[in-house]
Amino acid sequence: MVKYDTVLIRFGELSTKGKNRKDFIQKLYMNIKNTFNDIDDFTYRKTHDRIYISFEGDYQDLITERLKKVFGISSFSFTKKVDSKYEEIENTCLEIAKESETKSFKIIARRQDKTFPLNSDIINRNIASTILKNTDLKVDVHEPDLPIRIEVQKELTYITTQKILGAGGYPANMNGKVLLLLSGGIDSPVACYELMKRGLKVEAIHFAAPPYTSENAKNKVLTLAKMLSEYQFDMHVHIIPFTDLQLEIYRVAKDPYAITLMRRMMFRIAEKVAKANNCLAIASGESVGQVASQTLESINTINDVVHIPVLRPLICFDKIEIIDLAKKINTYETSILPYEDCCTIFDPKNPVTKPNIEKCEYYESQFNYLEMIEEAINNEDIKKVIFTREKEDYL
Amino acid sequence: MQARIYFDNASTTKINPEVLKTYEKLLENYYANSESLYNEGNEIRNMLDKSRAQIADLLGVNNEEIIFTSGASEANASAIKGVAFSFPNKKHIITTTIEHSSVLFACKQMEEVFGYEVTYLPINKEGLIDLETLKKALRKDTVLVTIMHVNNEIGSILPIKEIAEYVKLNSEAYMHVDCTQSIGKIDVDMRNIDLASFSAHKIHGLKGSGVLMKKKHVPFVELIVGGEQEFGLRGGTTNAISDIVLAKTLRLAMENKDKLFEHAKILQNYAISKLEEIDGILINSPKNNIPCIINFSYEKIPSEVMQNALNERGFMVSARSTCESKNNYSYVIKAMGYSDTRASSCIRLSFGLENNKEEIDLFLEALKEIIKQYG
Repeated sequence: MVKYDTVLIRFGELSTKGKNRKDFIQKLYMNIKNTFNDIDDFTYRKTHDRIYISFEGDYQDLITERLKKVFGISSFSFTKKVDSKYEEIENTCLEIAKESETKSFKIIARRQDKTFPLNSDIINRNIASTILKNTDLKVDVHEPDLPIRIEVQKELTYITTQKILGAGGYPANMNGKVLLLLSGGIDSPVACYELMKRGLKVEAIHFAAPPYTSENAKNKVLTLAKMLSEYQFDMHVHIIPFTDLQLEIYRVAKDPYAITLMRRMMFRIAEKVAKANNCLAIASGESVGQVASQTLESINTINDVVHIPVLRPLICFDKIEIIDLAKKINTYETSILPYEDCCTIFDPKNPVTKPNIEKCEYYESQFNYLEMIEEAINNEDIKKVIFTREKEDYL
Repeated sequence: MQARIYFDNASTTKINPEVLKTYEKLLENYYANSESLYNEGNEIRNMLDKSRAQIADLLGVNNEEIIFTSGASEANASAIKGVAFSFPNKKHIITTTIEHSSVLFACKQMEEVFGYEVTYLPINKEGLIDLETLKKALRKDTVLVTIMHVNNEIGSILPIKEIAEYVKLNSEAYMHVDCTQSIGKIDVDMRNIDLASFSAHKIHGLKGSGVLMKKKHVPFVELIVGGEQEFGLRGGTTNAISDIVLAKTLRLAMENKDKLFEHAKILQNYAISKLEEIDGILINSPKNNIPCIINFSYEKIPSEVMQNALNERGFMVSARSTCESKNNYSYVIKAMGYSDTRASSCIRLSFGLENNKEEIDLFLEALKEIIKQYG
C-alpha cells in the first residue's frame, strides 16, 4: 500500500468571496482542526488557496470520513511526499497505479523546480510508459479514471491521485444563528443539514406535550440534535412544554383547525425564543403541499403571526429527495422510530387545507394564549448537546 | 500444586476483564425490561440499540441485520430452519461433512424429521472442499448452502469468499456461514453472505450470548414467536445486559485480532516443529490453517486416555469438538480420509493471547513422558 502522508484540501465557495476570504479560510481552518481535536499527531498548514494536513500512520479512512462532513470544502486529495529524485517519483507512481482498481490513467507533472533534470513532458512520458509496461492500465488524456498529479519542488515532490468530493457550502457557524423547529420527523433534520451547509449556526426548538408525547420522543430529538451537531460541534435545544396550549386549542377549536392553530402557536413561541437568543430567523422543514398544514394557504395563515424571516430550505424538495438526504446524513433510521410527536398525537381526521386567517383569529380570541405562551417559554428546558466521538464506556 | 495450563481456547475462552467489569456494573445497575416504556426501560433499550449498531458497524452490515441469540448453536439452527421453512417447495440443502454438530445435526434433523434432502460435501486432506463438487451439487431447489468459515477441530480456513460469490452469482440459494471460529481471528467479509453466526464466549465474552446476522432481504420463519423482540424474529425477554456487552466483546476481539494471529502463529510454528520431532506424532491440521489450532494424533494412545493423562499433569486440551463427544472418533479427521485409529487418537490444542512458549515446552515434556509410559 502506498502510504499517503498529506491531505490537500481545496476550498468551496470561499474562493468567490474576495473581501471576507481571510475570515472564511480562518473559520474553515479552525473547523477542520476542531474536527480532528481528538488526534494529536496531525500538523496543519494553510496557504492562500489550500489547507494541508500532514499525518503519519493509518489515518486515511478516518480523514476521508470526517472531511466529507466539513462544510466549506470543495474537494480533497491524498498526497504522497517523496524526495525529488526521478526513481522515487517513478516507483511511487507505479505503486499507485498498481493498487488502483481503475482502467485508465494520465500523468500530469508540473516541474516547479527548473533545476530538476527532466522537464514535465519527459516526466509524463517516461512514467506513463513504465506504468503501461507494468500494469493493464491504459492512457486516457481526456477523462482518465486515475489522474496522477506530480508537483516537483526543490527537495520534495508531491504525488496526488484522485479528488474526493467535499460537502461544499460555507464553513459551519460563520453566517449567524437561526432557530429551527425540530420535530423528530424525517424533514426537519434534513432542513437542519441544509441550513448548516450555508454556514448558519442552528439552534433547535422542540415542542413536548407530556403525557401525550413520551420521554422517548424527546430523547429521539436530542439524539438527532447530537447527530447533527457533528457538523457544527454543538447545538442548543429548547424544549417547550406545549400540553396546556394544545389542550386549550382542542377545547376552543373545531378539529379541522387544530393543526393550523397549533402551528401558529409554535411559530409565535419560536419567534420569541429566536429573538431572545439572537437568532435572526426561524426555520422549518416544510415542503409545499406535503401535508395539509403545508399548502400555500396554510403557510400563509401560519406565517401571518410572525415578523421574522422564516427559512424553509426544503420548500421545493420532493419527499423522496428528502428521504434520500436523510439516509445520506444518517438521520433517517432515528427519524422513523415510531414515537408520537405533537403533530401526530392529535392528528385530526380532516385537517383544513385552506385555512382562513379570520377564523383562526376568532378561535384564538376564545382564550388567553399570550399568557400561556409566556408561561411555556418561562418553563422551557434548554439542553446543550455536544458532539463527541468518545464511546460510551459500555461499548 | 501442579500449575494448570489452558490449551482449549477453541472450546471456550476466559472472559476479558474489561468485559467482565462492564457486565458486573450493568448487571448491578440495570434490571428493567428493555421493552418497557418507562425511562429505565428506555435507557436499556437505548444502550442495546447502540451496542447493536456497533456490532453491525464492526461487521459491515446494517443495524437491523443483527439478531441477538443465546449463542452460535441457536443462530445456526435458526439460520437453517428459518430460511428453509420459508420455501415449502425447495427441499435441498448443501453443507459439508465437517460442520459443527449444531449445523450437522440440524441438517440431519431436516432430513429425518422434515423430509429434506441434504448434500454433504466431502473434504480433502487440507480440510477444504472442492469448489467443483459444490458447483455440481447446486440445484434449482437448493434453498440454502451452509458452510463454516474455520473448522473447529483442525482449523482449516474454507474459501468462503469464493464459495459465497459462486453461490450468489449462480443460484437462488441463500448462503449461511458459521463464523464461530473465525470471528476475531481472521477477517470476515460479509459481502455475498446472507446469514452468519457466532458466539461471544469464543472471543472472551459471555456464555449464552451470540449473534445471527441475517440480511434484510432474506426471508425467515421465526422459530420462537411471541414478543416483538429482535425485530419480531426472536421472541422472549431480551437478555439485554449480555447483548449489550457483546458489542465490547467483539470490539476488543477485533482490536486484538492481528496481535492474536501473530502470537498464535509463533506458538503454532514452534509447537508443530517440536511435535514433528517426536516419533509417532501425526499432524492432522493442514498447512495454512488458523494459527490458534493444532490437531495431532498419537495412534497408540486413544484420545480419551491421552486427555486424562494430560489432565493429571495439568493440561486442559480437547480431542473432538467438546459439543459432540459421544462418538469415540472424530468425524472431521475421518472425513479428511484418515484411519479410525488416527481419528480416535486426535488431540486439539488451541491457543489464546495468554499462552506462551514455556507452556508449550512443559506440554511437550509431559507428552513425551506419557508416550514413554503408555505408548
